[in-house]
Amino acid sequence: MKRIYVSEKWCLGCHLCEYYCAFANSGSDDMAKALMNRRINPRIQVEERSGISFAVSCRHCEEPLCVKSCITGALSSEGGLITIDKNRCVACHTCVLACPYGTIMPSDDGMMQKCELCLKNAIGEPACVKYCPNRAIIYEDSAAPAAAAQ
Amino acid sequence: MKTKQYLIIGNSAAAIGCVEGIRQLDKTGAVTIVSREAHHTYSRPLISYLLSGKTDRQRMRYRDADFYETYGVAPLLGRTALSLDPAQKTIALDDGQTLPYDKLLVATGSVPFVPPMEGLDLVSKKFTFLSLDDADALAAAVTADSRVLIVGAGLIGLKCAEGLSGQAGSLTVVDLAPQILPSVLDEGAAALVQAHIERQGVRFLLSISAARFENGAAHLTDGSTVPFDVLVLAVGVRPSVSLAREAGAAVGRGLITDEYMRTNLPGVYAAGDCTESFDITSGERKPLALLPNAYLQGETAGLHMAGGGKPFCTAMPMNAVGFWGLHIVSAGSYAGDAYIKCEGEHYRKLVCRDNLLQGFILIGDVLRAGIYTALIRDRVPIDTIDFELIKDKPGLIAFSRRDRQKKLGVKPA
Repeated sequence: MKRIYVSEKWCLGCHLCEYYCAFANSGSDDMAKALMNRRINPRIQVEERSGISFAVSCRHCEEPLCVKSCITGALSSEGGLITIDKNRCVACHTCVLACPYGTIMPSDDGMMQKCELCLKNAIGEPACVKYCPNRAIIYEDSAAPAAAAQ
Repeated sequence: MKTKQYLIIGNSAAAIGCVEGIRQLDKTGAVTIVSREAHHTYSRPLISYLLSGKTDRQRMRYRDADFYETYGVAPLLGRTALSLDPAQKTIALDDGQTLPYDKLLVATGSVPFVPPMEGLDLVSKKFTFLSLDDADALAAAVTADSRVLIVGAGLIGLKCAEGLSGQAGSLTVVDLAPQILPSVLDEGAAALVQAHIERQGVRFLLSISAARFENGAAHLTDGSTVPFDVLVLAVGVRPSVSLAREAGAAVGRGLITDEYMRTNLPGVYAAGDCTESFDITSGERKPLALLPNAYLQGETAGLHMAGGGKPFCTAMPMNAVGFWGLHIVSAGSYAGDAYIKCEGEHYRKLVCRDNLLQGFILIGDVLRAGIYTALIRDRVPIDTIDFELIKDKPGLIAFSRRDRQKKLGVKPA
């Protein structure tokens, strides 16, 4: 399955992935309207410290502890894509406790959200990948993509 | 080849984990679920959300309505297994049926523990709070004027209080322990959460118990009396082991299994609240009546029944729960050197021992807590990461560049 891979070597720490993620999942077609004067809750988040930076989003694990731990059945995995049904989520935070990467976070309404590779929104392909200015985030089919390994 | 007969007693997380485990490897074997409860599989922890109206019967299903069909499961709901014959490999049901099995999962869960208390039989409106039927019965009994007395300040008692909040005249919780949530929180965290819950109008009576009941009143050990209209007994739960024990299964503090969830009876597995687990953080064998644990055990059993799988040996206490908007997550055990930070309603405690993170409690800010959980689960030596850096804010940045690259899926250069 195609996955998102990130390279801290190429990450500029610009946080554009966070903005494009929030925009892609906002349901709006106007980026300024969607993001202006709002505290954004992106599904990809940049970690940074003393010159190192990299973005982290759901790894879509083959053995997804979030799915197996979810108390409501809101999280499920189909064909390797892990999605959340917000209608069934009760914000118990068990997935937050289970995810080893820390990639499931509360949405604007407090229920949980996660990267769904933009396959369920209007963009249809990961916006973080599409708009990363330095190709630090890539979307490939290999477990060890050559492009990011350099 | 003869079709393999899988039989599962139980219909909750462990049972569903088992079905999903079996079907990863065996698409054709016959799978039957026998459940005492006449309901589609539902999420047990959601019964308090049902009381408060934050979920409904459709949304509290643990799996989609077509789950049994999709997974090729024959559900026998509302049927009780009366006995297990390990020599004949059959179980007998309350309707007279005898069901054969090649592989059996005992996922009988837990039952409310109600200690003998004088006069309890005189109380007409008394309830336990573990099943959907319990929740329905309680909801039918509580009115806007009801004075509700809950015995037990653990997860069940307090979630029940939250579920009834705003729907009852008053809510009082009594517990013999000096603090609330003794199995989850330390003293400091418990005091903080207690204050939060008290602000919602719940009254606590701690370090005290009911000496005697009459219908409508509890007489406490300090001589005081608490009048009530509705009594909820939430003292605790015990693994439901009698069916398997009578068949000769080994029982400690719950059904004893190996790391593939096999009991000592051939072809008989056990998973979920009816079992005891080996807690990797305390080294103790004890029941861990927790939904994620139940699912993982059930899946492990299912995979092994179908001829594959791998051992499950990472069990530990893990809780994520919220009360009136205050989130609490915790994992592991708390014996060791503690780092504690407390600010307002935020509380953070990390406990290390033997160069390993052994446990944590986070209240308020619980974001990315799973990074801590993974440190415990994977037994990551603290001195191989920048632990200081993530004491207040968990992140993958604490790992070495090589480990970060491994985690984020990129081949090391």
